[in-house]
Amino acid sequence: MKNRDRRFTLLLLIPVILVLVAYVLYPSLRTLIESFHHKGGWNLKNYETFFGTESRSNLRALWNSVYISLLSVLFSALIGVPLAFIFNKYEFPGRSFFSSAAILPIVLPSLVGVMAFMFLYGESGLVPNAIKDLLGLKHVPFKIGGVSGILIVHAYTMYVYFYMTVSSTIRSIDPSLEEAAYNLGAGRFTVFRKVTLPLLTPAIVGASLLVFMTSMASFSAPFLLAGGFRVLSLQIYFSKVNGNLQMAAAQSVILSVVSISFLLFMRWYQNRRDYRMATKGIGAHRSEIKNPFLKGSMVILGVLGVIILLLPHATILILSLVPDGTWTYQTYPSVFNIENYLFLFTEPKIWDPVRNSLILAFLATLGNLVFGVLTSYVLVKRKFYGKNMLDIMVMLPWALPATVVGMNLILAFNEPSPFTFGNILVGTFWILPLAYFIRHIPLVVRSTNASLEQLDDSLEEAARNLGAGWFYLFRRVVLPLVMPGIMAGTLLAFVEAVGEFPTSVLLYTLSNRPISIEIMNQLRMFNMGQAAAYGMIQISLIGLVLFISNKFFGIKAERSL
Amino acid sequence: MSSVLLENITKSFKDYQAVKELNLEVKKGEFFTFLGPSGCGKTTTLRMIAGFYYPTTGRVLFGDRDMTRVVPEKRNTGMVFQNYALFPHMTVFENVAFGLKVRRLGSAEIKKKVEQSLKKVRLEAFIGRQVSQLSGGQQQRVALARSLVIEPEILLLDEPLSNLDARLRDEMRTEILRLQRDYGITTIYVTHDQVEALSMSDRIAVFNFGECQQVGTPKEIYNEPANDFVAAFIGETNLIPVIWDGKGGETLQFSWEENKNKKVVAETLFSSYERDHHLSVSIRPEAVEVFDEEPLNLQNVYEGNVELAQFTGASVNLFISLGEKTVQALILNNQTRREPQPGDKVWVRFPESHVRVIPRVMNQPARSMST
Ligand SMILES: Nc1ncnc2c1ncn2[C@@H]1O[C@H](COP(=O)(O)OP(=O)(O)OP(=O)(O)O)[C@@H](O)[C@H]1O
Ligand SMILES: [Mg+2]
Repeated sequence: MKNRDRRFTLLLLIPVILVLVAYVLYPSLRTLIESFHHKGGWNLKNYETFFGTESRSNLRALWNSVYISLLSVLFSALIGVPLAFIFNKYEFPGRSFFSSAAILPIVLPSLVGVMAFMFLYGESGLVPNAIKDLLGLKHVPFKIGGVSGILIVHAYTMYVYFYMTVSSTIRSIDPSLEEAAYNLGAGRFTVFRKVTLPLLTPAIVGASLLVFMTSMASFSAPFLLAGGFRVLSLQIYFSKVNGNLQMAAAQSVILSVVSISFLLFMRWYQNRRDYRMATKGIGAHRSEIKNPFLKGSMVILGVLGVIILLLPHATILILSLVPDGTWTYQTYPSVFNIENYLFLFTEPKIWDPVRNSLILAFLATLGNLVFGVLTSYVLVKRKFYGKNMLDIMVMLPWALPATVVGMNLILAFNEPSPFTFGNILVGTFWILPLAYFIRHIPLVVRSTNASLEQLDDSLEEAARNLGAGWFYLFRRVVLPLVMPGIMAGTLLAFVEAVGEFPTSVLLYTLSNRPISIEIMNQLRMFNMGQAAAYGMIQISLIGLVLFISNKFFGIKAERSL
Repeated sequence: MSSVLLENITKSFKDYQAVKELNLEVKKGEFFTFLGPSGCGKTTTLRMIAGFYYPTTGRVLFGDRDMTRVVPEKRNTGMVFQNYALFPHMTVFENVAFGLKVRRLGSAEIKKKVEQSLKKVRLEAFIGRQVSQLSGGQQQRVALARSLVIEPEILLLDEPLSNLDARLRDEMRTEILRLQRDYGITTIYVTHDQVEALSMSDRIAVFNFGECQQVGTPKEIYNEPANDFVAAFIGETNLIPVIWDGKGGETLQFSWEENKNKKVVAETLFSSYERDHHLSVSIRPEAVEVFDEEPLNLQNVYEGNVELAQFTGASVNLFISLGEKTVQALILNNQTRREPQPGDKVWVRFPESHVRVIPRVMNQPARSMST
């Protein structure tokens, strides 16, 4: 019956809306409200301070965030787009291997990546020092730090967005389009400018927006590399650490406004009619490179590229084998053993963070799985008013910078609330799984949406026509068919939860501190080896999960982004 | 098995009426076809019978049970989808067994029934296959078996042959008819292929713009179309707008709207019509007689010129200009006679018994019409 159908939709909607209101909307509103409070009264003081002329540090941080993000977009595009072209348009030995290696930066949790870059290219980094010794220089020839450090880390991790979106677009371009243009007498350059580039524009714009948003929100890189340099996400952290929650709230609101407007702009841009191919599934054919010299240099470049890409991973591995206290004033470490790993089993204090991370990530991911599948089903398969609003609400945690999510939770749940059954969550174990859960809602929903949208409605209708009730058809028809999508999102959520740093650093307690926090602590104590060993554990966990998902569910890591 | 009754059904999507005041009865065991051009509401009507849409107004009855608001899974109809909608993650066996599992039959019984029904569609050798490894025709037969195995009261087929090539289509047509006769099941078949409709159906409902234009046996629909839309949609026909002059003895007298001097005489009474209806004369090409010399003492004879002669094998298709109008005539490929050539002067005759006078509903302001 029609009414029954409506009631059922409502039944599915209630938990979804409840969760979103309680843990996404309400905390954001609390932050908004808090930002208008100063010394007990309602006023605009926080914003006056932010934009005021007395201290320009906040305005400068905002400006820094923006220009670092713009430069990150530029550099990521300069690496990612040409790589996508080379790997998808030309055939040369090892191409397939290099093109998979190109997404390696995903396997590096942000904090570990930054740490690796510090060890590699920092003041006492291995590479500058190696060059200094080789060439017999007095000082290191270069070092990264501050803006250059942040930018290099951003380019390294974020070019993947460009690489993947442009690659998939290139693969979907019907080769006959370009051939038609050649046939009509256009030269190489004209074809590129008039045919290929316009077709790639949506992908490039999409990736640009994504990279911009990600670098606006970036926390780990500035946190470790900025030195005196301030960006907005870092300002929030310092305000919080200094106990000025109301200022932190105002800063969060401003950062959110920037991010959310980008989210809305991106939605608008993607929903605009773009010229997507009418013909599907025609694999782009790659031109074989005939010139042996060119072929050779392609391979050499590819090998060099892979080495550069893998250097951070290798560095972490090597450092994790260096026992603490054996590498202090020397340029290079000299003692290697597996002591750092053995401590995991002998010292409970060393093992605790690993256990915590696993438990926290597991709990959060379980929540993401259940909530994500339900939400995605409602969004894709059910009709109701306000679907667009719900969709935006689901995407909100993705647009909100991690630091802001953390601040929202602090401001909302440092007092009893009905959504926490009258408990104070801040300072307890549960605040961290909740934070991970919120941050990764969009991952599961998005990847499940993608599979559900491909699921032909007539399959569900056929099942109902054969007499299956909703639950039976969901279990036997819908679920098995969208499993790859669900798993892709869920595993990615797990991976992200294991490596999470920015909200963890705002919300952790001593008893639930995850690996990332312990890495930070070990770094502070200059226990590079132990920190690297933790980093290796994160990398292996992530690698393992990606391997399993590829092996058993046939999921490509790039699918889930 | 049961009859299907659609009572005064209207279905609106937002402010667009996809089906308007539809009244239909499909009898027990009948092979009934919905025929009409694209977008005329055939699928919408079928989906209301299956329960995927609920009518905005009106009732759906199976036998004397009101099914209007019953959920699809409780209707016991077997639907074959245009794209077959086979579950891609299941084997042939699992697909066919699906409806039986839902009905909680024992596994031995399920196995027996699935095997039987696969035998009926001649697919018993493919029972363990993944459905993606089947050809289009085989997939379609799995879909049929899946619908039939639950012994539905009504079988619903939405353009099941439209994805197949011509040869397979012929084969499947016979197959579907055979199964329908075997099971004696009430069947509603949707198509916009008139040959399919005419050759398979017990009765046909012709749709246009969400309205049912005529219901009847294939013969009735072809020989006695209710209006010019039906006449033109089913087969080829010559339509000549006319004005009624009056009765002349046993016959009815008309003159051409475009040339009052040309008269038409008809024997048959036209179907019910209203005074303000504009009328047309319809005559099928195969009924038009063609003469090389002017025939004497006959009515409905017009002089004309052959414009085009298309040789199609068994017959020759002539396009003959009568001045105001070009008519089509079909003459058999009779080798003893020289067939008319373009430019020839000929006389055509519309035999009175084959002239049908029908109300005009196409190309004119919308008005109420009865059929
Ligand atoms: N869910 C819907 N929402 C809005 N309009 C619809 C919907 N379903 C059908 N329509 C409209 O109703 C009309 C009839 O559609 P229907 O699918 O019944 O046509 P059809 O006769 O089956 O055509 P075809 O032969 O092309 O399948 C069409 O104009 C269609 O656009
Ligand atoms: Mg249809």
